[in-house]
Amino acid sequence: MSLEIYLDLFSQPCRSVYIFAKKNNIQFDYKKISLFEGYQYSEEYGKINLLRKAPAIKDGDFFLAESVAIMLYLAEKFHTPDHWYPADLQKRARVNEYLSWQHSAIRIHGSKMLWFKLLIPKALGVEIPKEKMDNAVEDLNASLNLFEEKFLQDRPFVVGDQISLADLVAIVEIMQPVGAGMDVFENRPKLKAWKDRVRAEIGAELFDEAHQAILYAQEAVKTMDPKKMEHFKPKILRYFLS
Amino acid sequence: MAGRQAVKAYLDLVSQACRAVLIFLKDNKIPHTVENIALRKAQQKTPEFAKLNPMQKLPVLEDNGFVLTESDAILKYLAIAYNVPDHWYPKMPEKRARVDEYTAWNHANMRTHISSIFLHEVLLPRMGQPANPEKLKKVLADLDGTLDKLENVFLKNQAFLCGDDISLADLLAVCELMQPLCSGRDILKDRPKLLSWRSQVQSALSDSFEEAHSVVYQIREKFTAKLSPCSNQDTL
Repeated sequence: MSLEIYLDLFSQPCRSVYIFAKKNNIQFDYKKISLFEGYQYSEEYGKINLLRKAPAIKDGDFFLAESVAIMLYLAEKFHTPDHWYPADLQKRARVNEYLSWQHSAIRIHGSKMLWFKLLIPKALGVEIPKEKMDNAVEDLNASLNLFEEKFLQDRPFVVGDQISLADLVAIVEIMQPVGAGMDVFENRPKLKAWKDRVRAEIGAELFDEAHQAILYAQEAVKTMDPKKMEHFKPKILRYFLS
Repeated sequence: MAGRQAVKAYLDLVSQACRAVLIFLKDNKIPHTVENIALRKAQQKTPEFAKLNPMQKLPVLEDNGFVLTESDAILKYLAIAYNVPDHWYPKMPEKRARVDEYTAWNHANMRTHISSIFLHEVLLPRMGQPANPEKLKKVLADLDGTLDKLENVFLKNQAFLCGDDISLADLLAVCELMQPLCSGRDILKDRPKLLSWRSQVQSALSDSFEEAHSVVYQIREKFTAKLSPCSNQDTL
């Protein structure tokens, strides 16, 4: 198989690529990696992606990183159904608009919640100061409000009547804080209805399979070896708490 | 395209993303008008502007009633809608993917650190807030790591970030890298490979680059004058 996809389903962007490839019956060699064990820093992985992040693909001699770029490439190469990344210029622009905005919004705030509520206290044994936690929750709520008010509005999906890469990227990010035990759908009936639609469109089985690792996070962290996380600790504390 | 009205760009050239959009419009001779929105006067927070863009950010593009935000999306939209030369956003999937890879990576890597430097060195002092040298040191260290990746993973031995020719990636990157000049800081000064790349990009964009960056040079002058009021030497 000439297409290899390097994934750790604990990571949001890995889930979107996994779901996209599986949903579209794209044949690939699933290379399962562990970010918590630091595989991305290995010499071996350096031959795949020097940006040292996941996901990454190797398609023959062609290497590519960044989930958004990967999905756009696969959509083009495998001629996936138009609704994922519409050929219509304005619809496409709307998808691109979401894919761009989310990097500095839901991605950051959703990701932070997993670290703040679960990984930092439970795996690193460090408590998050209340003010920082409150700000983080507020930031996530502000992002979710914008998602509902600007990107979704009263449409079934972000770009209209059909699911697109925008919905796929949004849902995997929004599931990240859910993994930390935060019910982001509480008091958000519109968001919940959208999530149910997206899950149905993807296929409940595929959606649940992709999210198994993150939804098991609270359990998994109990058996996580703190020694394995030691090499991450200073970097993470510096990134989140300085 | 006959009978099509000019696009309208809502910009403040202090913003890296806005400069990229203006340079692209000018360099490709895309008919456009510019509406200046002053971020320093919080004009993006007016109810009128919020109606146009609820995110209250710049740039915003309006094309005959179609309103689009996010510089990545705007540039890609214009590239296709106005059928610009292929090198900007190549049609070939493997080449296009390289540009998409950069535009995605740009957000959390270049833009984040560059905006942080601007915050610490220009905005906070302007608001009379105390300096935080420890935080700034950390941001500069992070940016250093990012520049290593820019040089070794993207540029490598190529003329431009995604290959032999200039693309949207170079445009976005160069506008980011010019930002710290506002506080007289040239983050590329010890990186000959990136300096050479920047100068190639500047040459390729000539007038439109200089015009878009005039605000940066003005801010730099005011900034360095404040630092050494008795000196008329530029720190750069």
